[in-house]
Amino acid sequence: MPNLRRGATRLRIRGPAVTVAIRVAIFLLSLVLASVLIFVVCAALPGDIAQVILGQNATSESLAALRHSLGLDRPLLSRYLDWVGGMLTGDFGTSFFTRLPVADQIATRLAVTGWLVFFGMAVALLVAVPVGMIAAVRRRRLSGAVISGLSQIGLAVPAFWAGILAVFIFAVKLRWLPANGYVPLREDPMQWAAHLVLPVLSLAVVQASVLTRYVRSAIVDVLEEDYIRTARAAGWTRLGALWRHGLRNASISVVTVLGLQLATLFVGAIVIESVFALPGLGQLLLDAVAQRDLMVVQGTVMVLVFAVLVVNTAVDLSYVALDPRIRTARR
Amino acid sequence: MRRVTLLAGVALVSVVVLLALVSFVWTPYDPVRVDPSARLLGPSAAHWLGTDGFGIDIASRIMVAAQTCLLVGVIAVGIAALVGVPIGIGSGLLGGWFSEVVMRVTDVLYAFPALLLAILLAAAFGASTWTAMIAIGIATIPAFARVARAGTVQVMASDYVLAARSCGTGRAAIAGRHILPNVAPVVGVQASVAFGIAILAEAALSYLGLATPPPTPTWGRMLRDAQTYLFTEPSLALWPGLAIAVAVLGFNLLGDGLRDLLDPKLREQAR
Repeated sequence: MPNLRRGATRLRIRGPAVTVAIRVAIFLLSLVLASVLIFVVCAALPGDIAQVILGQNATSESLAALRHSLGLDRPLLSRYLDWVGGMLTGDFGTSFFTRLPVADQIATRLAVTGWLVFFGMAVALLVAVPVGMIAAVRRRRLSGAVISGLSQIGLAVPAFWAGILAVFIFAVKLRWLPANGYVPLREDPMQWAAHLVLPVLSLAVVQASVLTRYVRSAIVDVLEEDYIRTARAAGWTRLGALWRHGLRNASISVVTVLGLQLATLFVGAIVIESVFALPGLGQLLLDAVAQRDLMVVQGTVMVLVFAVLVVNTAVDLSYVALDPRIRTARR
Repeated sequence: MRRVTLLAGVALVSVVVLLALVSFVWTPYDPVRVDPSARLLGPSAAHWLGTDGFGIDIASRIMVAAQTCLLVGVIAVGIAALVGVPIGIGSGLLGGWFSEVVMRVTDVLYAFPALLLAILLAAAFGASTWTAMIAIGIATIPAFARVARAGTVQVMASDYVLAARSCGTGRAAIAGRHILPNVAPVVGVQASVAFGIAILAEAALSYLGLATPPPTPTWGRMLRDAQTYLFTEPSLALWPGLAIAVAVLGFNLLGDGLRDLLDPKLREQAR
């Protein structure tokens, strides 16, 4: 019975190691596809970049010379391979306008966006998990309905509008916090924190609304399970049963959403940076787009997509850790 | 209670659609003509919501901007559904490694949020309503593909498809007669949710100056302009944001309401 035996070996081989290997392979493949997509869109840029840099009065010789020095006269494939090969060694090329290495520019801006995303997610989670739990446990009472309604409204509010309103309330009216700008952590920790509060809050309001809804529905699902009823019958309180048996089960679907939300948070940060004039990756990207600084656009988008892919892969791998059923399951 | 969600959604969406429709034939004032003598007037009987920094009536601009918002939503959701649904149905219908690859490639798009794609397109082709619509549409394809595929796989496992196949019905006929009608409601719900997301994305893009260029009014750009006057005329920042929130809330509630209506299992739970 050759077929049966083959099935049996597959079951044995597909342990966690293979699941991880497959996921990592998909991650690498996605990175390659993404880099091709980014490069192709940027290469499709109509008009001559050399012309944009030198202006309408440039001579054809100087245009050709600039094109040559920027490497724009080489075939697309070799330009692509150069770009990707450079990125693998940490060289993202040089900006067409400032002539500075793109990698350095990205590195200096990364911290701002990083702090924003980190604190935004942290605040959103700290709000969403308890509030979502309360909304789930009290779903048939008024308080649960009120939380659901508020989160529905929070979903509809654009983060940048929340930011503008926050500036009006806390910076213009109350004068508690600065309206915009950024101070590096090393220079002045207090000022650094003060400048981050409003951006983080406006980013977190929307994220918390999304997460609250998912936490609520994940826990509502769990609360209807038989094992919760059994635990209740054994004398556990509603919250006690949830704490002991429900959270780990609810965590799986919440982690999925967390990953997807972390990805949108990076993008949300771009808009929020614009509201508060924070010198992060978003500002770098938007300035580069305005100047049509191709290398900076390519590099920055690649870094952002890389971050999103890493998060998505980490989420998929975390299932393996969170759910023993997936860990040993044969697919 | 369930009906309330649906009705609220329909009501809010109707308000936005009505604003857009009326603005085609009538607005209180010219929504693009600059009037330096009427700058930054507060709300009054003549200008219900006041005027902006160019002396343009805000109510008129909000009405006309509803057109852009709905246009972007319709085209973006249209692109996403027309590409994503066939991919999803085809992949669910055929199965095998090919459809697996197709879905994986679609998944890569998930790593490209609409905003990032729009920024790329705006960098390459210059910002316009079109780059925004296409970017949002492409970024939304995976969501439709997944929903359609999940629905297709479910229908393919049913007894009536088995019966149809045993009668010798071809795949194309099964897709048309059994899968499409069953998948359509889920796709409808997805479309409503995607519409809300598209409006939010368009607002963010036009706020960043990466979508519809001036003088065409958009809610996002109005908020960008309003930020300049936050210290002197804060009410300018109120109305466009409210308009976005109402539109998005409307489509979200509509989607939720439709889902409850279509999913009998959820309806039973509610009672």
